[in-house]
Amino acid sequence: MIGSPDLVAFTREEDYYECPLRRSPGLPEEYSVPLFPYSEGESSPWSRLSGAKFSRDFILISEFSEQVGPQPLLTIPDDPRVRGAFDLNYFSLRIMSVDYQASFVGHPPGSSYPKLNFVEDSKVVLGDSKEGAFAYVHHLTLYDLEARGFVRPFCMAYISTDEDKIMEQFLELSGDFSKASECLKTGNRKAFANELEKKLKDLDYTRSVLLNEMEEQQKTDHQGFYTTQAIEKANELANVEKSIIEHQDLLRQIRSYPYRHLKGDDYQPYMPESSQEDAEPANHEGAGKAEVYTPRPSYTPKFIKAKSSKCFDKKLKTLEELVDVYFFTQTIDLLTTIEKRYRGDVSYLIMSHLEKTFLGQQAIVNFLFEDPSIWDPKPVDRQYPANLGIHHNAPSPKFVEEPESPKPLVSMESYKSSVESVPIKIETELFNHEQEAMGLCDQTGNAECLEGDAKGSISSGESIEVLRTEKSTLLIHSESQPCLRLHPSPQPRRKVGSRRTISEDSIEVLSTCTSETVIPEDFRATYQMAINEEEVSPEEPDRGDESANVFDPMQDEEKANEGDVTVDPACCIRAESLEEVVGEFVPDHCGDGIVVSVPPQPGKHVSQTFGQVKFLVEQVDNPSVEVSSPADANYLLSSRDTEKLTLDEDSTSYRSGASTGSDRTPSPPPVVTITERQKRRSGQNALMFIRQYPFSHPAIYSLLSGRTLVVLGEEEAFVKKLVTALSVFVPNNGHGAKPIKPWTTSPLHIMDFQKWKLIGLQRGVSPSGSNTLHSLGRYSRYASILDADNKTLRCPVYRGTVLHRLADHRTQIRRGSTYYMHVQSVLTQLSTKAFLFTFCHHAHLPIREKESEESIGQRRAAFLQQLLGLSHEDSKIVEYLSELLKMHYLKETGTQQLPVLRFDYVPSVLYKI
Amino acid sequence: MKTAVLNIGEEQTLNPYTELTALKAHNDIVRFLVQVDDNRFASACDDGTIIVWDVQTGEVVFELQGHTQKITAILVFPSNETHSERADLILTASSDRTVIAWDCESGQEVHKASDFLSTVKNLTVLQGLDVWLSGGGELRVWSRHFKVLGETGCFSDGGIAALVELPKNCVAAAVGKDLRIFKLGADAAGSDRWDISEVKCLSAHQDIIRTLANVNELTFVSGSHAGELIVWDALDWSVQAFETNLSRATSPQDVPPENKLIPLQEEISIQCIASDGECVFVAVCRSIYVYNLQTKRVIAYQKNAHDSDIQHMATLPNRQLVSCSEDGSVRIWELRSKPQFQAESVPAGFFSMWGFGKSGKQSNHAVKRAVDTGIVASLELIGDLIGHSSSVQMFLYFQDHGLVTCSADQLIILWKEGKRESRLRSLMLFQKLEQNLQAKFSLQ
Repeated sequence: MIGSPDLVAFTREEDYYECPLRRSPGLPEEYSVPLFPYSEGESSPWSRLSGAKFSRDFILISEFSEQVGPQPLLTIPDDPRVRGAFDLNYFSLRIMSVDYQASFVGHPPGSSYPKLNFVEDSKVVLGDSKEGAFAYVHHLTLYDLEARGFVRPFCMAYISTDEDKIMEQFLELSGDFSKASECLKTGNRKAFANELEKKLKDLDYTRSVLLNEMEEQQKTDHQGFYTTQAIEKANELANVEKSIIEHQDLLRQIRSYPYRHLKGDDYQPYMPESSQEDAEPANHEGAGKAEVYTPRPSYTPKFIKAKSSKCFDKKLKTLEELVDVYFFTQTIDLLTTIEKRYRGDVSYLIMSHLEKTFLGQQAIVNFLFEDPSIWDPKPVDRQYPANLGIHHNAPSPKFVEEPESPKPLVSMESYKSSVESVPIKIETELFNHEQEAMGLCDQTGNAECLEGDAKGSISSGESIEVLRTEKSTLLIHSESQPCLRLHPSPQPRRKVGSRRTISEDSIEVLSTCTSETVIPEDFRATYQMAINEEEVSPEEPDRGDESANVFDPMQDEEKANEGDVTVDPACCIRAESLEEVVGEFVPDHCGDGIVVSVPPQPGKHVSQTFGQVKFLVEQVDNPSVEVSSPADANYLLSSRDTEKLTLDEDSTSYRSGASTGSDRTPSPPPVVTITERQKRRSGQNALMFIRQYPFSHPAIYSLLSGRTLVVLGEEEAFVKKLVTALSVFVPNNGHGAKPIKPWTTSPLHIMDFQKWKLIGLQRGVSPSGSNTLHSLGRYSRYASILDADNKTLRCPVYRGTVLHRLADHRTQIRRGSTYYMHVQSVLTQLSTKAFLFTFCHHAHLPIREKESEESIGQRRAAFLQQLLGLSHEDSKIVEYLSELLKMHYLKETGTQQLPVLRFDYVPSVLYKI
Repeated sequence: MKTAVLNIGEEQTLNPYTELTALKAHNDIVRFLVQVDDNRFASACDDGTIIVWDVQTGEVVFELQGHTQKITAILVFPSNETHSERADLILTASSDRTVIAWDCESGQEVHKASDFLSTVKNLTVLQGLDVWLSGGGELRVWSRHFKVLGETGCFSDGGIAALVELPKNCVAAAVGKDLRIFKLGADAAGSDRWDISEVKCLSAHQDIIRTLANVNELTFVSGSHAGELIVWDALDWSVQAFETNLSRATSPQDVPPENKLIPLQEEISIQCIASDGECVFVAVCRSIYVYNLQTKRVIAYQKNAHDSDIQHMATLPNRQLVSCSEDGSVRIWELRSKPQFQAESVPAGFFSMWGFGKSGKQSNHAVKRAVDTGIVASLELIGDLIGHSSSVQMFLYFQDHGLVTCSADQLIILWKEGKRESRLRSLMLFQKLEQNLQAKFSLQ
């Protein structure tokens, strides 16, 4: 551990610069800790937490249900104490409303079939300052044959009280959540394909039934007249056939989804070898209606009545059913690890991330003291940036046609181009009955939503800020434009917006970010538009006009859907999607104002100073583009209210392109160890040990110089506690577990000393106990003996200086985890010295012909004492570590090494309290 | 009541062995070690297995399975110069009354002899004749290809206890209290058989002869259970010196009084004899005596060298003496002259090799005592190696790899010089680095 956040967080800027130590070179800048921006009002960096209603970060999954509107589905951890009094329903509403990704199935102008959009997820950061909640929100859509437009919008949100944390970890969060999303979507595609196949079977069956019926009719009806019945049947048949074609087309589309092989996926790739029926989870409840198929292992097709495929009160599939149980649990596992990974203060996360990259570079020495679980023994593969690279560098995607079933993880570099412009135009005629059903359904849903939202926003009177978004493909949004066109008038929305203003509800888009798939130039252009929009000063009259909060009946169901979203102020985030539209669609309304949609903006304070996390920060010119969409207008209105927030300015004055910036930010997600608690415990125990035992130094010296320390005691728990305390100081000799045996009752053997460096030993009273003591006395030269019962220590004398820093019994450090980090820090220094010593050629090999061993030995001693400034005992430590390094290096490079026990013939001293 | 054993304590600045590796592969007492070549050694276990080890890496090279009972003797039969291909053999004798020859390179069983009437307890190679001898109930001469070239009749008294090669194609065999000299000669018929005949029987010892050792070309010594040490002329087999009781030879005032309470039988049996050509080191139970051949006197001794009987003792090329004992320890000794006792009676040439030439102020009394007792040197303990938990049976010294010890606790321990090992590792490290660097460059 390089530093401890407990200490640095209180560093004040002025103190820092006045510090005389400033003159010394110190740490490289990239490893220094960001300064806490000191202000008189806020003396503690955590003071802002007070407003929050929850204590810990958590992950929320919400759905925008087409029936009931935004609703929270689950939280991770699933513990009501975590979220406390925090209103999940309300927050779901907020975060779901931010999704301005218009992904739906429509009929492209050229074809008459519905098209599936393979939509990239959108990533937004938003904040609710009153609630004290800030969230990274990851929107995604899943396919559901029964859903309107075949899509179900979901979002996963990482909710924290710390805004900086979200901003700092944006890229990491985005990467991690993308994985989770990918996992969900992979499962969903599979389930969707299955669903489609069954539907096709149904339709096929229906057609054959209808055909039969018609034939029957023709047989009975010899006159050649076409009865109304016959005509109905014929129509029905035609519909069914059309439906078949449509579904076949959908199936083809979903199968042609180009799967990309995600390297380093956290979830198990699932290869459906068997038939889809087998793989498909039984979603019994989901198929409540008779019309809806009931998937069973062996599927029997059902007759589908015309015009009944959609229904108001049908039960929507649960998320679990949508994505296949297997993938669902995978995703939950993944999210659970994500939640664990991002626990704690942001500085801690940053430090651990830095530490990890640092350790990655220290491949030769890091086995000594670092927990192998923290740091990956495998070379640090920067998977995240690598993925980014793929996105960037492979703009031309490969398509793999999958004739049988969607096989996830077929190697596909990118599915970006599948997201390419799919012109969508809603043609109501084509959707006929389905549309009707949907429309009804949606409208009712919308109405509810509207009401709920209106109430909520009025009462809340808070501001919700979209801090940052990550947009996937702008083209998509441009294609989604038709839906905007469908708005006959922007007025209703404006009214909504204006009412927001009245209610002092405001949304602020602090920053948005395009995802990696966007070509930087494109992005830049659109981005600048956004900036321009912002710089156009909003006009008051516009807002004033919009005062009627009326749901426009002219809106079709798609519009209604939009309405759902736009009811919430967050609709204004659509600004970005509209930018593309600007050229194409002449705005029939003027919405001007500020669009504060800014690509990912890393926290200025930290990211700029941290080595690995370098963002491209540019000043944006003053472009001015007119805003053209109603959504924009809405947004502008609301954002204007919150201009007072400084974040606004921040986000506009700086821009950092995610696409370019992410290239340069090779930031693998920080891996936080699961042994955090153990660390804390051993740190706490170690702290107690050095406070209670005045002879802690020689004990630690024994451990660090490779002399086995035997903790002798009667009581197992007590001995184990001491072992835990001392385990911090035991150097490891390889990638395995530390050479520690916490408790043994049998007499020690020479092999034990060779294998273990810290042993908890039972002091028995039985005959075997005397054997134990006898063997201990016999091997006393190989071991230091800490008698836990009598509080004595028998070991060689320590006269060095390093340990005074490492284990100062008057230390001011109070917390175990802090002390643990302090220890790690000192030990890292020692390891570094050992590294220098080991790999300094002159310290070991002759520099001239036939140089005597004594001469080399003298040089070696001089190196240790003068260059590294080590006393005799400290040199012993470094020499021991150096031996471990050598053996480890040789072993790693394939030279066989004997496990050895190294020792010295040095006298021991008995220490007593 | 024993006197306290000599203890050196934990500070052993002269002890170079600061690194050890315990090797565990045997499942019974490991009784014998034999050096196969520069990098390998073989260990023989009481369960009948023999393992060939690499002393550098600690790897098991071969596991030789063929004997059903404990190994009683092991020996390496080097290939003759005349052989074109190198074919060193490991000869092992076992209580199952077989002798097996193993190929050192392949680990395969090459030959097996199984028609013995009793267990073969001794193996000797006469390199010059390219034959080997098995000693047990009878003495047999074998060719490299396991052909019996000659044999003697059966011995009473439990057969041959020790066997040693003498000049002029002779061997000395200890049979009971007698020492029998056999001579090998080509058969008159000119066949491939060898005539082995007893030329002399020496009956000077009063008790069973326990050990035989060659000192140099001209001298060999024998030690008996009763503590008699006889120095023999190797050519005419005449007694050069006879020491009936070594402990009595030491000065009475040096012997602590309580020592006399110990039963004589326990204390006087000669366990083993080592020699550096000029001095004979005699292990008597747990004591070590240094007998100088020129002065024919005990010049140094260590009464309480070990806690328990000494099992094996040998001199190292660096003039150190190493002994291992039933007490589980290995001790390293160095013979140093006592400066104040450097009297005229001691030839200067003898002590010059120890590096002591100081002519200190001589105390008259001391000189007198030195003359009285002949004790002119001391055997200094410079280090002990503690690792085994049971009797250390044998050890082996490698010039480049340190000591190997085997023990009744089934372990074999490699004792290495920590400093040298560290240096070697550094050397390997830099070689490896260089290789990696070269590999990198060649890639580029």
